[in-house]
Amino acid sequence: MLKDRGIAFKLTLSIIISTSLIFASIFIYSYLFSRQIIHKKIRENAKNLTNAIVNKIDMILLPLEKLPQGISYVLEHTNYTKADLITLLKTVVKNNPDIYGCAIAFAPYKFKKQTLYFAPYCYKSNGKVKLKYIGGDSYRYFYWDWYQLPKELGKPTWTEPYYGKGGGIIMATYSVPFYREINGKREFIGVVAADISLRWLQNIVASVKVGKTGYAFLISKDGTFITYPNKKFIMNETIFTIAKEYNCPYLRKIGQRMIHGCCGFVPVRSILTNKKCWLSFAPLTSSGWSLGVMFPQKELMADIMSLNTHVVFLGILGFTLLALVVVFISRFITRPLSALTHITKDVARGNLDIEIPYTYLGDEVGKLAQSFEFMKESLKEYIKDLKETTAAKERIESELNIAAEIQSSMLPRTFPPFPERKEFDIYAIMHPAKEVGGDFYDFFFIDENKLCFLIGDVSGKGIPAALFMAIMKYLLKTEALREVDPDTILKRVNKTICPDNDACMFATIFLGILEVNKGIIHFANAGHNPPLIYYRGKGVKLLDISKGFVVGVMEDIIFESQKLTLLPGDIIFLYTDGVTEAMDIDGKLFSVERLVKNLTEILKDTQDVTLIIKTVEKDIKNFVKNAPQSDDITMLALKFKGK
Amino acid sequence: MVKSMLKRLLLLVSYILFNLFFHGVSLATSLTYITFIPQWRPQAQFAGYYVAYEKGFYKKYGLNVKILTGGPDSPSNEYLKEGKAEFATMWLSSAIQMKAHGIKIINIAQILQRSSLMLVAWRSKVKDIQDLNGKKIGVWGSTFIVPLKAFIKKYNLKVKIIPQMGSINLFLRGGVDAATAMWYNEYDKIINSGVDPCELTTFLFYKYGLNFPEDGIYVLQSTYKKYPNICAAFVKASIEGWLYAFKHPKEAIDIVLKYMFNAHVPANRAHQTWMLQAIEKAFFYHAINSIGILKKSDYYKVANILMQEGLINNIPLFKDFYKNCYVKR
Repeated sequence: MLKDRGIAFKLTLSIIISTSLIFASIFIYSYLFSRQIIHKKIRENAKNLTNAIVNKIDMILLPLEKLPQGISYVLEHTNYTKADLITLLKTVVKNNPDIYGCAIAFAPYKFKKQTLYFAPYCYKSNGKVKLKYIGGDSYRYFYWDWYQLPKELGKPTWTEPYYGKGGGIIMATYSVPFYREINGKREFIGVVAADISLRWLQNIVASVKVGKTGYAFLISKDGTFITYPNKKFIMNETIFTIAKEYNCPYLRKIGQRMIHGCCGFVPVRSILTNKKCWLSFAPLTSSGWSLGVMFPQKELMADIMSLNTHVVFLGILGFTLLALVVVFISRFITRPLSALTHITKDVARGNLDIEIPYTYLGDEVGKLAQSFEFMKESLKEYIKDLKETTAAKERIESELNIAAEIQSSMLPRTFPPFPERKEFDIYAIMHPAKEVGGDFYDFFFIDENKLCFLIGDVSGKGIPAALFMAIMKYLLKTEALREVDPDTILKRVNKTICPDNDACMFATIFLGILEVNKGIIHFANAGHNPPLIYYRGKGVKLLDISKGFVVGVMEDIIFESQKLTLLPGDIIFLYTDGVTEAMDIDGKLFSVERLVKNLTEILKDTQDVTLIIKTVEKDIKNFVKNAPQSDDITMLALKFKGK
Repeated sequence: MVKSMLKRLLLLVSYILFNLFFHGVSLATSLTYITFIPQWRPQAQFAGYYVAYEKGFYKKYGLNVKILTGGPDSPSNEYLKEGKAEFATMWLSSAIQMKAHGIKIINIAQILQRSSLMLVAWRSKVKDIQDLNGKKIGVWGSTFIVPLKAFIKKYNLKVKIIPQMGSINLFLRGGVDAATAMWYNEYDKIINSGVDPCELTTFLFYKYGLNFPEDGIYVLQSTYKKYPNICAAFVKASIEGWLYAFKHPKEAIDIVLKYMFNAHVPANRAHQTWMLQAIEKAFFYHAINSIGILKKSDYYKVANILMQEGLINNIPLFKDFYKNCYVKR
């Protein structure tokens, strides 16, 4: 994954990719553009070269055409004898090295009425000009191309090239028809035909060299190769048979354009060299034959190819250099970062004495290093403070543990507390929200038949509440043991505590005295939650009592003593607001209603006070679930059993 | 040493005996060496004979064949008549005329059973037969004119005939509107001169009820009477050569091209390949079991037309004209 790679890698990669793209676009553009320019130049040069060769050939062929044309003109406009004709022919053949032979071939019976064939022919033989008469049963010249073509087409014509007598030399015949006005009618009289050696033509075309492998060739009107570097093609193949043999319809199309006298510049693969070439072609003005010049693409594009190769090579070299520089710079930047990373790990492991490097640098890395240095020092300071605080906290915690121990030992914890007394069962619990709490309960015998029991809740929580609770508990027990009524006890305790209560703490207390032999409870309430009472067979309900005022706030408060009578099996259930106000995670309260409902359910199953309290305790736990305990939870259950 | 010489001698004797038994001609007659002339210069039209020679089929049949080069300078009919060659190929129509004029020749095999003669015309000028009316038609030589005349007569055409030596240039340059051509030769030459088939209208005469079978193998009657076995051997070996050529066209063309180059005849593979394929069609025109056989109906059809044209004044009997030498193996 790229995101997991280092900055050096990402930096190098992105720089190389973007510069590559820029370089590639520039390269492609310049390549295409320069190629186009070169292509244009080559095209122009090719056209010029082709035209130059065509002109060179025409410069020789066109004057040669003039000779038979001249003879034909003479024959049409003068009267002549047989001797005149022969002199004319001999002169022409003698004075023109490119003319091998020349004939004046008359149409049947046109020279003399009784002569079918009349065709004097002068030709070169061993350096001399000789004369013979052609025509006869074995050579009916009327049916040959050189005679028929000008006759039927009515205009001077070049025949297709052919091998001259004895072979070896390619010749072609240029024939001009001549006519006479006879009885006002233009009549065909015969043909002047000049056999022209094309050896020089082959030399001209063969001398054309384009690059190392370029060449030129000439094809006739029907596409036959007159010259070609491969001698086997000459006079044997036409451009169309080659197209057929090599299964190349495209070449056939080019051939058709060539023989139809078109000029062109087309890409084509050379049959000879099997190289990609441009073929430039143009027709000869004289014979209509077509000259083709093959320009090997690779050779002509060699310069631009070599330039491009160099550019690519330099590009690659440049990229390598660039990559190295980028790697070097990014390493230079990231090396301190890596070092700082390692140092940070060490710092994290607690080694705060390690020296932070690069803080002397003025750049971003230096600033980062200085920040690390500052962080390290701050951490050192903080950890020092933390150690002291932790020590203090630990000390307090140990003291608190002791305090909790003391507090819990202050409340009666042995159950059953009075195993010898069968008149009642009692059970209580106190769970402080913190280590120590402000809730408390107590029970003790005042005399043989009077059991004092109480539950209280000091305002606030924690140590202050615990201290206040300790005072309250002892004051209450002290006052209760003087055998007075519950209201008096509360009144006296209130009076005792109020003057020294600078912290303005207070407590709610419910205090009752059970006459164990009669089941009568005398009780007084100092602002505590009204207890629940279970009368056997009648269910659970809130005890309807006067609310009373809390202890510890106003000195002259008077409390009211009340009385209720329990029958055997009845149970009184005391609790603090930590029970009814136990909160679940959504802030919903356990509530008195739920407590009444749950107790009712529980009492259907059991009447045992221990089980009742433990079940309620479990219900509260299930209700609050993971919510932290917000207040001390205290419960006391007393069951009267009678004698 | 002596033992191995004896062994060789024994081998030689058994070889001679074998040849005597199977061919019966090699030593018994003076005609082991024979001369054959096709009616034209070397080209794929005669591939079968060149292949038979090069692949040793003639030797296999006990023949030592010398193949001459035919053409205008050495007409095969003249060579046959004068005894310069014992075997010659000719067109059926030419042969019937010779026979009717008293030259005793025998057809011993009809190799090409379908006429390849045709008229080719510029489509721009001629689209159907009636378009030929009033047009100039180039015609090559006398042999080709008989079927053309029959064609003209059959469709009641009025055309101007321009006799020509075998060149397609007058047609290509537009000097004539149509020209006679051989399907296997000039037609393809026209195509090979850059003309596309769609530019041409073609009339293959065999499609118009004028099937003049062409190349057949001929001998003098005297030769046939004296050496029927040699005649049969020549026909069999030649047909074997043909069948081999059709089966191995590339090799056959190589052989033909070699002969063409040696005879200084313009040659190229593309055209010869076409020619061999076209000749194959003419060779196998009738049923496969009719290879080399001249059909009586074909014979009389051609002879009757020649009679009508006044080229002959009697029709030689078919049984005198043709002897079936090719017994299917």
